Amino acid sequence: MRKISLLLSLAAIFAATGCKSSKPTTVKIGIFEPMTGANAAGGAMEVEGIKLANQLYPTVKVGDKEYKIELVLADNKSDKVEAANAAQRLVDQDKVNVVLGSWGSSLSMAAGPIVKDKKIPAIAMSATNPLVTKGNDYYFRVCFIDPFQGTVMANYAAKDLKAKKAVIIREVSNDYSVGLAKFFADSFKKLTGDENAILGELNYNTNDQDFTAQLTTLKSMKPDVIFAPGNYTESALIIKQAQELGITAPFLGGDTWEAPEFIDVGKKATEGAVFSTFFATEVPITDTSKTFLDAYRKQYSKEPAAVTALGFDGYLVARAAIEKAGSLEGAKIRDALAGVQAFPGAAGLITFDQNRDATKSAVIKTVKGGKFTYLTTVQP
Amino acid sequence: MTLALFLQHLANALALGSLYALIAIGYTMVYGILRLINFAHGDLFMLGAYLAFYGVALFVMPWWATFAIAILVTALLGVGLERVAYRPLRDSPKISVMISAIGASFLIENVAIVLFGGRPKGVTVPDVFNVKLSSHGVSVMSVSVVIPVFTFAILAVLLWIVGKTRTGMAMRAVSTDLDAARLQAIDVNRIISFTFGSGSLLASFGGILWSYKYPQLNPLMGVMPGLKCFIAAVIGGIGNIQGAVLGGFLLGGIELLTIAFLPTLTGYRDAFAFVLLIVVLLVKPAGLLGSRQAEKV
Repeated sequence: MRKISLLLSLAAIFAATGCKSSKPTTVKIGIFEPMTGANAAGGAMEVEGIKLANQLYPTVKVGDKEYKIELVLADNKSDKVEAANAAQRLVDQDKVNVVLGSWGSSLSMAAGPIVKDKKIPAIAMSATNPLVTKGNDYYFRVCFIDPFQGTVMANYAAKDLKAKKAVIIREVSNDYSVGLAKFFADSFKKLTGDENAILGELNYNTNDQDFTAQLTTLKSMKPDVIFAPGNYTESALIIKQAQELGITAPFLGGDTWEAPEFIDVGKKATEGAVFSTFFATEVPITDTSKTFLDAYRKQYSKEPAAVTALGFDGYLVARAAIEKAGSLEGAKIRDALAGVQAFPGAAGLITFDQNRDATKSAVIKTVKGGKFTYLTTVQP
Repeated sequence: MTLALFLQHLANALALGSLYALIAIGYTMVYGILRLINFAHGDLFMLGAYLAFYGVALFVMPWWATFAIAILVTALLGVGLERVAYRPLRDSPKISVMISAIGASFLIENVAIVLFGGRPKGVTVPDVFNVKLSSHGVSVMSVSVVIPVFTFAILAVLLWIVGKTRTGMAMRAVSTDLDAARLQAIDVNRIISFTFGSGSLLASFGGILWSYKYPQLNPLMGVMPGLKCFIAAVIGGIGNIQGAVLGGFLLGGIELLTIAFLPTLTGYRDAFAFVLLIVVLLVKPAGLLGSRQAEKV
């Protein structure tokens, strides 16, 4: 792994130091996403949304001058170390004006100090861990955060499923998963009024494929419900292996599950899995939702994922902020972003609170007949 | 811990261990002949799994046909790889060959990313491998029973080839002293190609079975299993076929049983493999079943 990271980053340095002249009539938006590795599907879905928005709105007016928006894509390879390299490259070599990304809270957090240092505003689309924006004036996000998402799922477990005891299985090397697990546990204990409502917390690592040891232990705990926030591929394998071991308790998860690969890998085992997410195509919220859905369906002839809508929103918010700032200076764009109020995005209205997080409602979906199906909307 | 629970853990460990063992055999064979760590072994593992996947998905072949074609094609690729990346460097310093092996590994991985895309793919597991067998509270999938059977069958065949056939005798001669073997009119290139071919065949065999057990493909899927099975081969005594099997089972067993009995240390799962490697190298540098070789001067 290390040898690969080392050589690839060397290659990246050579590639980046090649001649690059920046044209003054373009604004550069850096896209910082996993295009390879464990989170590749998540990254690809967000990039789809950003590119679609770029096609619909390819220019931005700064002062009285019309600029073309150029997208610069950097692959953070689903790896925290690579993520820092990729972010560094975007702000140093490519001199982008705004950074969009990344799918995955850990990856976004790796870019945090870099964008803060260079005073380049960054907008995360679906990174839900509170630490992404905490104490970082330059990081924003267009989605809700995990304390809310954890509460939503704990509510679902306690009220809808009438569960009394839960087991958590979390991706211990992923800040998103660890954070969400904690918020779920806190809420679930409060809701059931039982300090021991969480029977156990089991761990696994990113890229693990065999979970039989953890699941065998889990089975002996006999929970009513299992909360398993984590990446879609590992989660799909966990659910599949759980079924093979004869575990029948329902699985609950977070927004990361909403990738076609989740169903593709887990097949029938994922049927009935329930998770919270940002947006459902069944319930468009704003006029932008309709614009987005029409454009997406026309271009890809399929239904978009929630994070694709968020990618679309990230681009629109960045574009609006540049226009409002009337300048390409990072600090000015940041201030414009901080003042965004009720901006109509595809996945709902965006208002940044004092922590630069968007306050939004959550959507609960389930897997039914091999498809993600809308269950209900939960207000914050 | 109840008996059923313990047996379940043991069954899980055997299933994973036999998969490691299967892949480790390929490492050990190539090393035994050429004293070369084939870093691209994990990537051939990945290629085998993808070839089988596309055989079923694109050409709608039955699984056993794509299985056979995929392992044969991977074997040919392995032979080709040796021709292009290793043979021209055979008389060069060891470090050159090693760098060439790392380069080959990168090349295959990145070509795979371009060809297959970075997004993971789900595998449809053939029904034979997807039967749930359970009794006395222990349940395993049929694939977990099939893999050890295959592993031991392959072990038997290989031991027969190496021990009883003329090719095997030539392999042993080449492994003892390549130049002396050449002087005895042994076609060294043919023997090396044969070894690489069978090593790659085993890698792809392991890759396909891996994708039936963990039905998900991605272009970097071979990296970690490749590393772990290399460790398994070293633990057992690299160059020794029985050693690779022993190492594989040990590694799988220790990995799963540590998670089962020390759940708080799960995050260090991969570290156990490396710690085990270090301990073995300190205590018995030639590996558990390896014999110490005098350095040729």
